[in-house]
Amino acid sequence: MAGPGTSGGGGGGGWRPLLVPLLMPTWLTIGIFLVLPVALMAVYSFLTKEFRGGVIWDFTLAAYDQFFVDRGLFGDEPPAIEWTYIAIFWRSIWQAGLATLFCLLVGFPTAWFIATRPASQRGVWLFLITIPYWVNLLIRTVSLKFLIRDNGPLNEGLMALGVLDAPVTLVNTNLAVQLGLFYSYLPFMVLPIYAAVERYNFALSEAAADLYASRWVTLREIVIPVVKPGIVAGCILVFVPSLGAFLAPDLLGGAKTFMIGSLIEEQFKGSLGNWPFGAAASMILMTLVLCALMVYARSASQAAGQGAAR
Amino acid sequence: MSRGVRHYPGFGWMTVLCLVILYAPLIVVTVYSFNGSTSITTWGGFSLRWYVDVFTGPEAPRFKAAAWNSLTIALIAATVATAIATAAAVAMHRAGGFRGRSLTFALINLPLMVPEIVVAVATLIFFTMVGITTGYMTILIAHITFCIPFAYLPIAARLQGIDEGYEQAARDLYAGRGQAFFLVLLPLMLPGVISGYLLAFIISLDDFIITNFVKGAGMETLPTAIFGSVKQGIKPNIMAISTLMLAVSAVFVTLSYLVNRVGRKSP
Amino acid sequence: MAAVQDAVDIRNVTKRYGSFTALDGVSLGIADNEFFTLLGPSGCGKTTLLRMIAGFEEITQGEIRLFGDPIAGRDPNHRPVNTVFQHYALFPHMTVRDNVAFGLKMKGMDAASRRARAERMLEMVHLSAFADRMPAQLSGGQQQRVALARALAPEPRVLLLDEPLSALDLKLRQAMRVELKQLQEETGITFIFVTHDQEEALTMSDRIAVMSAGQVQQIGTAREIYEAPVNRFVADFIGETNLIEVEVTRVDGDRAEVVLPGGHRLTCPSASRTGGRHALSIRPERMSVVAEAGADMLAVVERVVYLGTDLQLMVRLEGGAEFHVRLQNSARIAVPEPGARIGLRIEDGAARLLAD
Repeated sequence: MAGPGTSGGGGGGGWRPLLVPLLMPTWLTIGIFLVLPVALMAVYSFLTKEFRGGVIWDFTLAAYDQFFVDRGLFGDEPPAIEWTYIAIFWRSIWQAGLATLFCLLVGFPTAWFIATRPASQRGVWLFLITIPYWVNLLIRTVSLKFLIRDNGPLNEGLMALGVLDAPVTLVNTNLAVQLGLFYSYLPFMVLPIYAAVERYNFALSEAAADLYASRWVTLREIVIPVVKPGIVAGCILVFVPSLGAFLAPDLLGGAKTFMIGSLIEEQFKGSLGNWPFGAAASMILMTLVLCALMVYARSASQAAGQGAAR
Repeated sequence: MSRGVRHYPGFGWMTVLCLVILYAPLIVVTVYSFNGSTSITTWGGFSLRWYVDVFTGPEAPRFKAAAWNSLTIALIAATVATAIATAAAVAMHRAGGFRGRSLTFALINLPLMVPEIVVAVATLIFFTMVGITTGYMTILIAHITFCIPFAYLPIAARLQGIDEGYEQAARDLYAGRGQAFFLVLLPLMLPGVISGYLLAFIISLDDFIITNFVKGAGMETLPTAIFGSVKQGIKPNIMAISTLMLAVSAVFVTLSYLVNRVGRKSP
Repeated sequence: MAAVQDAVDIRNVTKRYGSFTALDGVSLGIADNEFFTLLGPSGCGKTTLLRMIAGFEEITQGEIRLFGDPIAGRDPNHRPVNTVFQHYALFPHMTVRDNVAFGLKMKGMDAASRRARAERMLEMVHLSAFADRMPAQLSGGQQQRVALARALAPEPRVLLLDEPLSALDLKLRQAMRVELKQLQEETGITFIFVTHDQEEALTMSDRIAVMSAGQVQQIGTAREIYEAPVNRFVADFIGETNLIEVEVTRVDGDRAEVVLPGGHRLTCPSASRTGGRHALSIRPERMSVVAEAGADMLAVVERVVYLGTDLQLMVRLEGGAEFHVRLQNSARIAVPEPGARIGLRIEDGAARLLAD
């Protein structure tokens, strides 16, 4: 932010505006290679599909019509709501939501635990949590699949220990996909919550205990409301990539666990593809994500309202 | 007995659980990459045969080419993205309040906010419409674009912590604008620049979805090559490659951790 | 035999963190309805002691009793004491009213009664108009009052105050001192007040415990501590004083005869029972400038500092020791020039021999 003091003093002779052109490369790169493409994608979603993948420049609502409206196999029946794609979106939201919930249930205690270690130990704990984030997501997903497959080490191990009699089938189930999403994005939940807890004033917990609140009541009434911005940030960081995830559902799931990512990918591969429909599905996905980000922006501005008093 | 308001029973165990979940698959794959057996289910004693297979086996040329592409793309993309991000960070934090500052901030972070699959679709549509043949160049352009925010964040964080007084002192002591930047500001922000570079490098190396969309036929990077193989089932040589990539990542994390520690010691 | 029971009874309490001893065998009793202050420099253990009473620190050795009940092992939420925290620790996500009512809610009071009681508490600290504000919208002084109202609302038997005025500016601090004392007298609650500010301690407290290095150095009223410090630390920490090394020639009960610089002999109250060399404490304002003939000590003026209400003379005694004298600023006194030789007279009973 430009504080009142920063604009006047400076390096002499108003050379600050000269720095602004340094932003040119950023504007150009992201403008041409991201903003423009997204705009073109929006246009594409209103074009007519070409059969070998590609489009004909005829504007139509066909893609959105195909997404939401069912007109029967030959397109001559009275329009009804098309549930196929809504179901895929709904399943994606549900899967991503569950993965977010699991990440929160494991991530919050972890973040709290790390943030309450002596300052000298926190770096090592955080280091341990972030290493997997640096490892290639594809490799992590493949590793998870290797671990949990029917005759993989997890099942063999549990059977050797006598916990299981027969292997449990995890691959190709919803649970495997949730586990994959959970595993992919868990560090994203821990880091923002950790940052919030580290800034948390523990005197608030002491004040609550002093005023007759038990440990768990303090957690519910004081800690969680105060670190809420960190929790919301963590949930967004897990939910948004989970919603559009491709690898976890593709590698760990099957036909029944089809998610948005796979639906979109399919439209751009091979001759069965439908580019305008894929673009339309992408537009709908982006709208959902924008809604989630708006929730975050609201919670962040509320937090700023309470702000100041630590 | 009271154990302080920081203590919650069970939270330590949750942390252990968290670490077990995060590490178990990686450890298992590393162990099995040294499996002497051809089957991935049975243990056939310790062996390096799958590592030999990676470099000399029938799939070796394919993986070598893919690795070369991945590496050169990551190097170029990280370098360009870091240069762009450094310029942007200096402007954002040293130009005061100018019109469009918050818009620019949103623009820089846009690649983080749009779902990856949407970026992939949009980029593919763009290249098709403009008529650029998909291949090495298109992958590189896409990677530079989405690496910018990852390079920007550590650099900006570092720059924010550097008092403007240093540059002003340099200017006061007769340094020109360029000298103040290259002799004073850049050395101070270097740990952030290095962190940003490493992060961008790893992110580029990591990417699968966007690359998969814009790579075109016949062009492979390591992740897309691995994905192609895995589709036919997990073979032991994939585990050896995975372990090698794990090792590369581990080296990078350690590097960035050390750079950050050194950075924190200087003002 | 109805001995009056102490509100807080601290018996031989020790606190160690690893090899560091924060409190070393502290014993003291705090009476009911008392305004008791723990005074000392930072790191002396005063806050640790307060936090032990509140239940935030465990006791390594010893015992603390609240109205006769041992409280070790009870969590903070099971102790009938409330705390005003140093930086207030107001819950940022709750209104002022909800902050004040929090303790009542936790104790299970119904919504209507706790609302009424919160209103009453806010009235008491003159903040009724601010009940619906968030803490961040209040000034430092107002936040301070909310913290006070919040801690007093559940009617604790003992109120603990951890340097509550340290974050306020001087004027506000002075006003709050009077208000705190009044509040303590009105409510009849035992206040235990921690501070490093001796002026705060002297103005409000019924009794003060001066602490240093994990030990209680002296317990007494403000006057006792100021006028009859037992040792060098207390004399030096409370107010300004001159400490000069003197030879003790005779000890007679609690009085001693000492040799002043320049050779005069003086009989004065003594905290020491032994002969040899000891420190003699003389407050700078208990001196007067006199003619050389009737003086206890002779000195050369080095510097005169104008302080408004007072003048401070910095002089050098015969034998070379530095010495400060404070004179009330008045048109009637003749101010000596730097370089002048003057005589100093010590008021009766103003010098005191210390026990190290």
